[in-house]
Amino acid sequence: MLRFAARRVLLLVPILIGLSILVFLFVRALPGGPETALLGENATPERVAQVRELYGLDRPVYEQYLSYVQSVLSLDFGTSITTRQPVVEEIARRFPGTVELTVTAMLIAVAVGIPLGFVAARRYGSWVDNLSTAGSLLGIAIPVFALGYLLKYVFALKLGWFPTQGREDSLMFRNEHPTGFYVLDGIVTGNPEAAVDALRHLILPALALATIPLAFITRITRASVLEVAGEDYVRTAEAKGMTRPVITRRHILRNAMLPIVTVVGLQTGLLLSGAVLTETVFAFDGIGRFLAQAVFARDFPVIQAGILFLAVIFVLVNLLVDLSYGLLDPRVRTR
Amino acid sequence: MRNLRRQGVVALGLAGLLVGTAACGGDSGTNDDGASGGDEGGGDTLVFGASADPVSLDPAYVSDGESLRAARQIYETLVTTEAGGTDIVEGLATEWEADEAGTAWTFTLRDGVTFHDGTEFNAEAVCFNFDRWYNFEGVQQSPSVSYYWQTVFTGFANNEDPEQGESLYASCEATDETTAVINLTAPSASFLPGLALAAFSIASPTALEEFGADEVTGTGEEPRFDGAYGLEEAVGTGPYTLESFEPGNRLVMTAYEDYWGDAPAIETIIFRPIADGPARRQALEAGEIQGYDLVDPADYEALEGAGYQLLSRPAFNVGYVGINTAKPPLDNPQIRQAIAHALNREALVQAQYPEGSEVATQFMPPELFGYADDVTDYPYDLEKAKSLIAESGVANPTIEFWYPTGVSRPYMPNPEANFQAFQADLEAAGFTVTPQSAPWNPDYLDAVNTGGAGLYLLGWTGDFGDPDNFIGTFFRTDQPSWGTIPQEIQDQLEAGRTETDEAARTALYEDVNRAIMEQLPGVPYVHTSPRLVFAENVEGYEPSPVSIEEFARVSFSD
Repeated sequence: MLRFAARRVLLLVPILIGLSILVFLFVRALPGGPETALLGENATPERVAQVRELYGLDRPVYEQYLSYVQSVLSLDFGTSITTRQPVVEEIARRFPGTVELTVTAMLIAVAVGIPLGFVAARRYGSWVDNLSTAGSLLGIAIPVFALGYLLKYVFALKLGWFPTQGREDSLMFRNEHPTGFYVLDGIVTGNPEAAVDALRHLILPALALATIPLAFITRITRASVLEVAGEDYVRTAEAKGMTRPVITRRHILRNAMLPIVTVVGLQTGLLLSGAVLTETVFAFDGIGRFLAQAVFARDFPVIQAGILFLAVIFVLVNLLVDLSYGLLDPRVRTR
Repeated sequence: MRNLRRQGVVALGLAGLLVGTAACGGDSGTNDDGASGGDEGGGDTLVFGASADPVSLDPAYVSDGESLRAARQIYETLVTTEAGGTDIVEGLATEWEADEAGTAWTFTLRDGVTFHDGTEFNAEAVCFNFDRWYNFEGVQQSPSVSYYWQTVFTGFANNEDPEQGESLYASCEATDETTAVINLTAPSASFLPGLALAAFSIASPTALEEFGADEVTGTGEEPRFDGAYGLEEAVGTGPYTLESFEPGNRLVMTAYEDYWGDAPAIETIIFRPIADGPARRQALEAGEIQGYDLVDPADYEALEGAGYQLLSRPAFNVGYVGINTAKPPLDNPQIRQAIAHALNREALVQAQYPEGSEVATQFMPPELFGYADDVTDYPYDLEKAKSLIAESGVANPTIEFWYPTGVSRPYMPNPEANFQAFQADLEAAGFTVTPQSAPWNPDYLDAVNTGGAGLYLLGWTGDFGDPDNFIGTFFRTDQPSWGTIPQEIQDQLEAGRTETDEAARTALYEDVNRAIMEQLPGVPYVHTSPRLVFAENVEGYEPSPVSIEEFARVSFSD
């Protein structure tokens, strides 16, 4: 198991080098430059030239890359052009929000997706099955931002149950945030009202964000359960006269879990790195929104660091999924 | 069956949790958030939807609209503009006078003004601020950091960049508690309107020093603001004090108890950053915010229909078709006139621009002094255009017409649509148009600024209320984008910059505007006015062309 883990971790090195080159080139391929962010439309050619020189954009590309790698290795990602604060701090400050949102969304997706997929499989061809199939397709097809506006329209504007934006009520500006996880902050600072408020701000974006993983988890659970339920050992168990709950628990669910865990893991990685639209639509102060704004503002240091950060998170989550394979299924490690 | 039942229980539980959370927070949510002002009669909090966070609350370091908006509430400037206009009126100074040479300006300061930290506002504080800006060094001299100082005062005590021009500012003397004399190196008429910029807000010297306002490190590559000033601290004399600033979340300001002027009607102002336009609208409709800026023109009707107030900010920009007069056949005046007569500007403005936009006749908006009502205008007239082409002696005139892609500006929401309309107009008049497009930055701007483009779409948004900030920026010096600008026009604009007599300046700029439109280095076609929206019960917000807008004058109706 240790060797398996070590090999997987070592594999990260070339992946990360490749990533850094891709991110570096991608950022340079964007139209415009930091001068747009800095000078806006009233830029004169002299000022643009001055800024290009200041940012080293007039140096050869390989030189720029080397100095970039050097600073990444020393964990210096520079300063955001728009906020003028260290990029590392800016990202660290926003990461808890994204994690909170992702966890809530995944809880919803898992809590609904696995039972739904299971029921759909066990009642194959029934209305539940058909409905879940149709729902999953819809969940994958509907654009997240459209769903976001729709959810807000119904649950915030019409019903008034939830707020439309932010992580916290505007008026609660005296709340303390020792951890940056607002729900948790409310609990640890003994302010239940703040915790509930933070939770209310999480629900709608989390619902919007949950649709895609929910659809995937439902589909994969259904397929996996269908497959396992047809296995010989299940039939044997049935023939032995075991009760249905026992068969379900011991033989079907456990064996069906492997692909489900994979999907849950991958989707978590995707959500952590891909909540750009949801966070923007809900003005939710997380990594995704920060990155989206950086792209519009051509905030190069943030774009560079942000993409790299999210890519690393994704790769790490993938690594965890790989390792959990090894735990769940001993055959994987020996291969 | 049992599984299905269990499934039902899970679903019910989840639904219960959702409704429970919703009901639980109902009180502190929409109601509190929302019509807090209206409901509580008199109202103590207004939440305004900003499009972004302020970059810094130290106005000396910013040039973006959201930072300046915040600075306007916390700080004050020596002079300001009349509400809703560009005329200069009293701010922290009650009187001012230039000497004969126009280089020594004496400001009489308001008495009994204190900074939010309790320290006294006086002439020494004024000089401290000016000397601070003048002595910016290193990274502080980066054009991104001290943009407005460089726009108005050009250089510093010690220019790091040898090519940077000499500073307009020479020194400041505090002759007594309430008299500050600011000496300039040359007379400048845009000095006074420039001072109304929030960038020249007077901050508490004590706080600037205590909280490290000048601690700007990093390299020239990436300026980094290390001090607490501007992020955690901001101390001015304005009607609101900084309560807290959490970037990404909100900026909270509360009324300053010892404010010298009328106390603000609303106790707390919160700026909530919501970058997404539709999300701002939904937040307004949900009552979470009571107003926001830069309303999407597509929302005008619906918002007005729903009872919201739409306020129009007077136009302070210009969109124009630039002409490089050095490029044949554009060097031929008759060809330029033919172009001007061929462009159906009214039709374009009506079709492509939101309500409230005006057709431009010259390169600056009508709100500014020096605007001439009688410039040569070139009404849409295809026959006239055709006959001018014939008279010009240019057979089959062919023009390269440039437009930018991937950009939307207030004066040019959809450049491609403008291009297509104008292209059709020009072709109808007998021109052959070669389309040229490039991404806005850097390719398009490079092409235009280096004189590579013949005919091109461009525009400008003014920084402060002075004609020099429009036509001076365009034509006072040689710029390749315009080709050749006659020396008389350049001389007149230079004279306008140094003339200190207001009536003489007005007449001078009116003259220049006439001369420019006679020369026709381009065809101005639009001034647009962006709109703000407020809830029905918000009163007293006065949009300003130069965005000098104070929440202290805002109140809630009952």
